[in-house]
Amino acid sequence: MSSSPVFSSPFTSDAFRVKVGLAEMLKGGVIMDVVNAEQAKVAEDAGACAVMALERVPSDIRRDGGVARMSPVAKIREIQEAVSIPVMAKCRIGHLAEARILESLEVDFIDESEVLTPADEENHVYKHDYKVPFVCGCRNLGEALRRIGEGAAMIRTKGEAGTGDIVHAVKHLREVTRQMKGLTLLSRDEWMTAAKNLGAPFELVVWVATNGRLPVPNFAAGGIATPADAALCRILGAEAVFVGSGIFKSDDPALRARAIVEATTHWDDPARVAKASEGLGEGMKGIEAAKLVESELLQTRGW
Amino acid sequence: MTVGVLALQGDFEAHTAALARLGVPARPVRTADEILASAGLVLPGGESTAMWKLMEGTGIADAIVEVARRGDPVFATCAGVIVAARRIEGPARAGLGILDATAIRNAYGRQLDSAVVTLTDLDREAFGDEPLEAVFIRAPKLAGLGPGVEVLARRDGDPVLVRQGNVVAATFHPELGADPRILRLAFSSALAAALAARAA
Repeated sequence: MSSSPVFSSPFTSDAFRVKVGLAEMLKGGVIMDVVNAEQAKVAEDAGACAVMALERVPSDIRRDGGVARMSPVAKIREIQEAVSIPVMAKCRIGHLAEARILESLEVDFIDESEVLTPADEENHVYKHDYKVPFVCGCRNLGEALRRIGEGAAMIRTKGEAGTGDIVHAVKHLREVTRQMKGLTLLSRDEWMTAAKNLGAPFELVVWVATNGRLPVPNFAAGGIATPADAALCRILGAEAVFVGSGIFKSDDPALRARAIVEATTHWDDPARVAKASEGLGEGMKGIEAAKLVESELLQTRGW
Repeated sequence: MTVGVLALQGDFEAHTAALARLGVPARPVRTADEILASAGLVLPGGESTAMWKLMEGTGIADAIVEVARRGDPVFATCAGVIVAARRIEGPARAGLGILDATAIRNAYGRQLDSAVVTLTDLDREAFGDEPLEAVFIRAPKLAGLGPGVEVLARRDGDPVLVRQGNVVAATFHPELGADPRILRLAFSSALAAALAARAA
């Protein structure tokens, strides 16, 4: 049986366990977008559990337009030199060469991200082929399970990056949770049809139906700008949060970063979240996501 | 008689679940009072820099030291070992000092150097002849062990599992595997208490 490819699963390999293991270590924490060593240091000092290197924060990508690519190699090296916490970096969807470059730079996690301009309109990276773990975004359970099927070791529900508006992060967290609960109510005879309707690998549908959660850690991202936004994502089931423009587009990034870390840990203690929210100065101004036209949405990239 | 799992940041859920599988009642703890009310403590994996930041001004550090001092079982893994150590390198700072050793952060390298390793250089009395499977994730190394620290397992000669009285420290992640021997060793007293409570 072991010689048959049908029965061999990369999910039980040591390589995959080690990838998910790092994702486990990031739980309860805040992963912060940074564009240089100086910002990375601010993030680490505030208690970030990891930093995400990118060329421009999402709100700048949204404002300036143009093609958004992987961070320059020199910037990634500079950030790796500056901090002792894990360093993640974004590659474009389906950009196999950017992904291999990031792996050769020994980044700790690759985010195959819709925030950058996609390189492939049909395919994502086959992530089991890499030794470095990947995180990918999703708007629903089918998308999450397709990414995990390709080898993602962590999922983040997509918000609408660069807006400072939490509404889409909430929508997609709720959607994924509702769909997972729905699967647990099905009889076995209904599993294959569910897999067909979700467009998701059958074995992963069975796993979720049996366990009621994703087989890899599930974090939230996109539009988190305040300690209360981070606490809300945790209340809705996100195991950790990514914060992009929300920190370095605010009045006092160091103070706000520290406050969001505090609120992410003590999300179920409203008095602690209130105290963390005090005296932070102005947050990022933000854009109401509902005012964006379809072509301006980043979340619809990836499938 | 509940064991507290420090839940500031990291893989505290994996630890809580591993203790539950063993039959040791456990809950996440986030304040000094909750820590002091626990009969034993887990310092989980995660990022030690984030944990230090979340401990500032909370009395948590003193509470952990008190739990260790009064003799309750303390089990530390990976980042938890860094927090527990006397000294830390990479960058240099002082730890809580409940483990008389120096912890060298990221000593194996980055995530590409994380691995599942079979440990065979074991304390026979504690583990018998059966090798231990060990999941190392951006692991630290231990050096400068004090005279009261016993080495229970080594990887390529380096100590990776040590015991100092009631404190057991693993630079890897027994909570991510299925082998209960290390947890049993760390919480033998808590297990005995749980069994006695069940019998009563």
